Amino acid sequence: MIRLEKRPQPSKAWSYATPLLAVLLTMVAGGALFAILGKDPLLAIRTIFWEPLFGEFAWYYRGQLLIKAGPLVLIAIGLSLGFRAGIWNIGAEGQYIMGAIFGAAVGLAFYPMEARWLIFPLMIIAGAFGGFVWAMIPALLKTKFNTNEILVSLLLVYVAEQFLASMALGLLRNPEGSGFPGSRNLQQYPAAANGELIAGTGLHWGGVAALIAVILAYILLNRHMLGFQIRVTGESPRAARFAGVKPNLLVVVCMGISGGLAGLAGLFEVAGPAGQISIDFNSGYGFTAIIVAFLGRLHPVGILLAGLLLALTYIGGEAAQANLGLPAAAIQAFQGMLLFFLLAVDVLTNFRVRIGKGEMA
Amino acid sequence: MKRRSLLAGGAAAATLGLVRPGFAASHAPLKVGFIYVGPINDGGWTQHHHTSALKMKEHFGDAIELVYQENVPEGADAERAMTQMALGGANIIFTTSFGFMDPTVNVAAKFPNVKFEHCTGYKTADNVGVYSARFYEGRAVTGYLAGAMTKSNKIGYIGSFPIPEVIRGINSSFIHARKANPEVEMNVVWVSTWFDPAKEADATQALLDQGVDVVLAHTDSTAPLAVLEKAGALGFGQAADMYEYAPEPRISSIIDNWAPYYIERVQAVMDEAWESQNNWWGIGDGMVGIGEITGPVPAEVKAEAEKMRDDIAAGSYHPFTGPLNKQDGSAWLAEGEVADDGTLAGMNFYVEGIDGSIPS
Amino acid sequence: MDLSTINPAILLASLMIASTPILLAAIGELVAEKSGVLNLGVEGMMITGAICGFIAAVETGSPTMGFLAAAVGGAVLSMTFGILTQFFLSNQVATGLALTLFGLGLSSLMGQSYVGLKPPPVGDINFGPLADIPFLGRVLFQHDAMVYVSILIVAAVWAFLKFTRAGLILRAVGESHGAAHALGYKVVAVRLAAIAFGGACAGLGGAYLSLVRVPQWTEGMTAGAGWIALAIVVFGSWKPWRVLIGAYLFGGVTVLQLNLQAAGVEVPVEYLSMSPYLITILVLVIMSSGRGRAALNAPASLGRTFHASS
Repeated sequence: MIRLEKRPQPSKAWSYATPLLAVLLTMVAGGALFAILGKDPLLAIRTIFWEPLFGEFAWYYRGQLLIKAGPLVLIAIGLSLGFRAGIWNIGAEGQYIMGAIFGAAVGLAFYPMEARWLIFPLMIIAGAFGGFVWAMIPALLKTKFNTNEILVSLLLVYVAEQFLASMALGLLRNPEGSGFPGSRNLQQYPAAANGELIAGTGLHWGGVAALIAVILAYILLNRHMLGFQIRVTGESPRAARFAGVKPNLLVVVCMGISGGLAGLAGLFEVAGPAGQISIDFNSGYGFTAIIVAFLGRLHPVGILLAGLLLALTYIGGEAAQANLGLPAAAIQAFQGMLLFFLLAVDVLTNFRVRIGKGEMA
Repeated sequence: MKRRSLLAGGAAAATLGLVRPGFAASHAPLKVGFIYVGPINDGGWTQHHHTSALKMKEHFGDAIELVYQENVPEGADAERAMTQMALGGANIIFTTSFGFMDPTVNVAAKFPNVKFEHCTGYKTADNVGVYSARFYEGRAVTGYLAGAMTKSNKIGYIGSFPIPEVIRGINSSFIHARKANPEVEMNVVWVSTWFDPAKEADATQALLDQGVDVVLAHTDSTAPLAVLEKAGALGFGQAADMYEYAPEPRISSIIDNWAPYYIERVQAVMDEAWESQNNWWGIGDGMVGIGEITGPVPAEVKAEAEKMRDDIAAGSYHPFTGPLNKQDGSAWLAEGEVADDGTLAGMNFYVEGIDGSIPS
Repeated sequence: MDLSTINPAILLASLMIASTPILLAAIGELVAEKSGVLNLGVEGMMITGAICGFIAAVETGSPTMGFLAAAVGGAVLSMTFGILTQFFLSNQVATGLALTLFGLGLSSLMGQSYVGLKPPPVGDINFGPLADIPFLGRVLFQHDAMVYVSILIVAAVWAFLKFTRAGLILRAVGESHGAAHALGYKVVAVRLAAIAFGGACAGLGGAYLSLVRVPQWTEGMTAGAGWIALAIVVFGSWKPWRVLIGAYLFGGVTVLQLNLQAAGVEVPVEYLSMSPYLITILVLVIMSSGRGRAALNAPASLGRTFHASS
């Protein structure tokens, strides 16, 4: 009989080994899936994991990895704080949208003024504020009325999407766009553009913000009282009360930080890679970031690595689509598998597998 | 390996496509790329671009290599997908969604030797052409049929988002429904989505509940037809012929047919005769097709509709011909005057007779 | 503006059809949550059920086989979640999200050769003279079988949870898995069964979309219905009949806003499209504040990982 025995301390060795194990298992299972679809599994795996990093056009893809990973990491860092404390903000996608709308609206309001020193910082503040406000709705409903934050934050994603459509068609529509939906392109408005900081690297202010967030979150969790409160609340809400944690305040703070960071990610995206507010501006970063947060074990450095790994599967997956004709759905299923395996092997970190009859069973 | 690729990368970054040889110089097959916004089997917009692409591939056989990427989100992801294709050696890339407009222009600037064709947009460059279909021509015919076939004098229109393309369709349908039947009223329902079969079905049901008996849809799924079939009402194929619903409820259809255009443009690249153009093709050019008129449509109505189709194709009739007033009663087109393409491209008003207002 | 053109009988009948997919998914999720499991993969299970049901119905020509296959497909997929969360003790929120991602990908792979086909029609049940009763006949007696099946499932779940010993055990497991385990109940087995039931119901809900309400197969056709089902469970404060009301209310708001537009009422479309979500949030707030009892009705062990020796 196979039995699990809880480790007194999570195993350090396994916590490093399990992600690698999961990736290997995914390669095997994913390879089987690709083979069923009639594609060369080795070539497909190689295209997904190797090409973007070391292939012929790696010089281009490496920059794209940062563009893709930046918003994922930024959002996931915010979410991880709440998740550690048992506060479930599932609606980062909505906060991301609202950040983009608020930020872009500020930028567009100044058009065509040229004072970048004023406009761009204001946009950043507005972006963070937009996400923050959207996250405050579930936070305050949770603290005032004990309403489930998972559902409210999630429902607000749909509201934000409708709001986005109405903005793209109405208030923020490009007056010179001859009636077509979508705002002016912020990339072409120097005072508001979030362009590449070093040409060819793909690094823009969003990537910088993500790195800063990783560092700050690390410091917060390890050195700061708030980090301690978050960890205690996550491990034992009862103990947290004795430790002087104000649960309502913690909800507001955690939701506020995660909303603000999601809003920032939205602003950097709309002013940079995306360029404009359009009906379909959002492409699921807010949801994917939840996965990134868990893949990274809610640890700041882990999240950074997980964000890069997921970005790799996206970009490599696109390459596999374009070069090998793999359907997009196969990539989606492949990512789902990667997650399943990561979650499954995680058990090895916290539990010891014992074979044979134990004294307790 | 690593070192070599780094060096190669540096060189390519410096020139980024500038040194790509022209097609005539190389003997490899011409590489034709497509960027799709949806899945290739969405049953509507993307599927029809893809089937047209496959027809084009069939036409040229081994002379070309077809590459495509589906489900590409608009924005940064689209730019990457296009760059990827251009780096991969594509000679011409078709980008098939309005939202790909700015990404197409951005990527095209980096690859001056690659041709780009953007569907439904308006921004061109030396190596970026745009193309779109005059769907309003087809909607004139389906609108006429709807007006002729309604018994309740109420027809319905399911709109996605209030953009010029959709508003043109509504106006064109309505004008010609009135031509067939001056009593006709049109109810418009906006579903705020391009794709949600369940919501499209609900919207159709809501129109039926209002006494509407012919429904025109500007969303791509067959959901409305399935609901109409159950209720014994009439509708039209949209994007595809949707002949599986003929002879009723589908009494005709408006078909997207991009294949002739793709063949012509790819041929132009082969002949090194490609240049940036702004093409807006209609029934006459074969980009907009009218499906066989079936079901309970009386012979004289059918003949009249087919005549309208042929007149439009021949250029002797323009669906927006005066006298036409705007919804508020102000004059738009005088007797015999036809709308100019500029106004049509940015159409943001209803014509006289339509109730309700365009959401903004 | 002419509200008189909206016929309440037809509106009610339409809303029952529109609500059935989310009702089925929600009642399944209710059972899973009552056992203490939060499965956020409803959307993935629904869409998998939609394609499994569609394939089976097209291949066999029998909608009944389609619905059976949908239930099996949903349940099988849910077992991925069950095994991960119950044996590998993974986090339920993350696993549920992964399940949705995987289900969306899997379903579109399975459905690639089924696009554009028409499934065999699902007829309405013939109630004879009952269907001709004014008003009630239109509202209640002119539907297909699944509408009634969904209501029967709600009734069965209600009776099961309230009156049976097995239902009591299920609730005990959801309230306190530690205590239930100490009493000798098989926590993991109970939860796996509840997850499978949730998967089967979600599968049925998906198949209702692909076989009845739309009827066709298109990628991503559930378009968020699974998430709504999750909200409806909380909205119904984990009570079967309230879940029914919640689902009908949500379907009702959706149908009503389209009907208002069709009737020519000047409405701001984007804001009306938001309204079902906003109203759901509002009701969530009212439900969870108020007497505070509804909130307490949440299973105490919801979402918590169970390990026998911990």
